[in-house]
Amino acid sequence: MRKLIALAFAALAATTVLAQQKPASLRTTDGKPDLQGIWSNATITPLERPQNVTSLVISEEEAAKMEGATQARRDRLNQPSDPNRPAPPKGGDGSTGAAGNVGGYNNFWLDPGERVAIVDGQRRSSLIIDPPNGRVPALTDEARARQAARLKRAAGAGQYDHPEYRPLAERCLLSFGPTTPLVPNYFYNNNIQIVQTPDHVMILMEMVHDARIVRMNATHLPKHIRPWLGDSIGSWEGDTLVVDTTNFPPQQNFRGASENLHVVERFRRVDANTINYRFTVNDPTTFTAPFSGEIPFRAMDELIYEYACHEGNYALANVLSGARNEEKRLGTKQEKQ
Amino acid sequence: MRDLTIACLTAVVVGAGFWAASPVETQAARPARLPNGRPNLNGVWQALNTANYDILSHTAKAALAFRPGPVVPVPAAQVVAFGAVGAVPAGIGIVEGDEIPYLPEAKKKQLENQANWLDRDPEIKCYLPGLPRANYMPFPFQILHSDKAIFFAYEYAGAVRNVYLKDPGPAPVDSWMGQSVATWDGDTLVITVTGFNDQSWFDRAGNHHSDQLKVVERYTPRGPDHLWYEATIEDPQTFSRPWKIRMPLYRHINPDARLNQFKCVEFVEELMYGKFRKTQGPQ
Repeated sequence: MRKLIALAFAALAATTVLAQQKPASLRTTDGKPDLQGIWSNATITPLERPQNVTSLVISEEEAAKMEGATQARRDRLNQPSDPNRPAPPKGGDGSTGAAGNVGGYNNFWLDPGERVAIVDGQRRSSLIIDPPNGRVPALTDEARARQAARLKRAAGAGQYDHPEYRPLAERCLLSFGPTTPLVPNYFYNNNIQIVQTPDHVMILMEMVHDARIVRMNATHLPKHIRPWLGDSIGSWEGDTLVVDTTNFPPQQNFRGASENLHVVERFRRVDANTINYRFTVNDPTTFTAPFSGEIPFRAMDELIYEYACHEGNYALANVLSGARNEEKRLGTKQEKQ
Repeated sequence: MRDLTIACLTAVVVGAGFWAASPVETQAARPARLPNGRPNLNGVWQALNTANYDILSHTAKAALAFRPGPVVPVPAAQVVAFGAVGAVPAGIGIVEGDEIPYLPEAKKKQLENQANWLDRDPEIKCYLPGLPRANYMPFPFQILHSDKAIFFAYEYAGAVRNVYLKDPGPAPVDSWMGQSVATWDGDTLVITVTGFNDQSWFDRAGNHHSDQLKVVERYTPRGPDHLWYEATIEDPQTFSRPWKIRMPLYRHINPDARLNQFKCVEFVEELMYGKFRKTQGPQ
C-alpha cells in the first residue's frame, strides 16, 4: 500500500521536478548548509564488512553485482503467490515470507534498500570505516559480563512473562534497529525528516514518530535525565553540523552499548540529493575501541505518513495473553496425564 | 510600509480583541519575523486553561468518573484514591457561544462517552491526541519554523505534525493527527487539517467527532510571546453547523525552555497489559 501510494506521489513529483530545473539553494537564509527535507538512509551496504571482503571500497562491477543480486531476489519474492497453495506447515515453511513463521512479511511490505552506499564517489563494502576492518570492535570484559548476566536473567524467566521483557520496538517505545546513530534497519521505513532553525535541528524518524530535537550551542542535560533517544546538542564546524548525544537510558541497546554511550554525528550536505552522514560511537564500558561509519542520506520526493505504533499494537496483548493461554493449556494436559 | 500596515492591522486586531492592549504594548507587539517576512513562530508554546477537562464552561467537580452515591454521585472506585488530585478544576470554556451543535445521535454518544470515560478516553491509553486537542493539553509543544518547513512537536505522547506548505491533495489514508496544510492570511498562519480517523476526542468530557472532521486553525501573533489561536470545527456527520474554539497560546519565555519527554506508552503498560502478566506481584 505504502509503495503504491509512493508511486502515485512519485509520478506527481516527477512533473514538478521537471518544471523547476533551477536547483534550489543548498543554504538556509542564515548562510548555513541546508539539511532540510525528507531523506532515506536505506542501503544494501551492511553496517559491518563481510569477513571475506578485504577492502572498504569496491569496484563498480562488484557493486553492480550486489545490486543485481538484490534486484533478482526481489523479483523472485515479488512473484504472485499460487492461489491453490496449501496452508504452510506448522511452524512455518522456512521461507522469509509470510508463510515462513509467525510475523513473516511478504516482500511487498519491505523496503530494505536497493543500492550500494556511495560516499565521496566511493562504493562501499561496509558502513563502518573505522576500525579499518569495517567491523564493530570487540566487546570489553565488562560488556561481556553484562551480556552474560542479561542472558542468565532471561533464561531464568520466560520471555513472555511481562511486557517489560519484550523488545522496545514490540512495546512501541522505539523503532527496531538503531535510532541514534541513524543506521538503517535493512527492513523498512528508513525515512528521516530534518527541519532546521538557527536554534534547533529536528530529526524525525518515521518509526516511531520520534522527533529528536537537537538544541544548538547548548549544554547537556543533568545526568539523571535520560530521554529514550539520548540528549542531543549541536554546533557548526564550518559547513558540518556536529551533533553530540549522551544521556542514553540503560534500556537502549545499540550493539550492546551501556548508558555511557556517546554518539557524535556529522552531517554534511554534499549535493542537491545527498547528505553525507558520519557517526562515531564511543562507550569504553562496552567497546574496546570507538568506531565510526559513513552513510549517504538520499533525498526523497515521497512524504512521510503517521506511524501510530502503540495505537495499533494488538500484538503485545496477544503475545502475552497467548503465553498465558498456552500455560493454561499445558497445565490442563499435565493434570490429565 | 509593510511594517506600518502590519502595525495598523495588529492595532485593529488587538483593539477589537477580548484582551485590549495599551498602545505602548501594541508597539512591542510586532512579532519577530523570518527572513522571508513571515512571523517567526519558533518556540515552545502552551495553552493555559482547563479545556482538556471540558472544552465547554464547567464548574469544578470531585472527579472525572462517578458512581451513584447515597446522597449525590461520588467518585468511582477506580479514582477515589486520588482525592483532591483527581478533582476537576473549573474553566470558562473555549467554545464560541459555549455550545457544541451536536446532531441528536452524536449528543447521545457524547453523554455515553462521558459516563464511560475511564474505558473510552484515548488519552488514558496514551493514544495520539488528534487536533485541536493536542494544542490545549496540559503540556507544551514546540513549533519548528523555517522558510521551508513548519513542524509541530508535542510533548504529550511525542506526537508530531509536519505541516505541508504545498497541498499534496487529499490524504491517502486517515490518521490520528490528520494531514495539515498551511497557507498565510497576512500574519495569520492558517492550517487546514483533514484526513482524521474517528478515534480522537476533544477533551475528557467525551466530546467527539467522526472521520469527516475538518479543522481550520488560525495562529495569529499577539505580541512577541503570545499567539491567538482559533479553530473552526466542521463535521457534518456529528455537528449541525461549523463551530469555533479560541484561546491564547503562551510562549515559554525562560531561556532554557525546551520540550521534555512524555512518552506515556510505557506508563500505560500496566493498565493495558498488566492483566496478562505471568505473576501479578505485590498489589
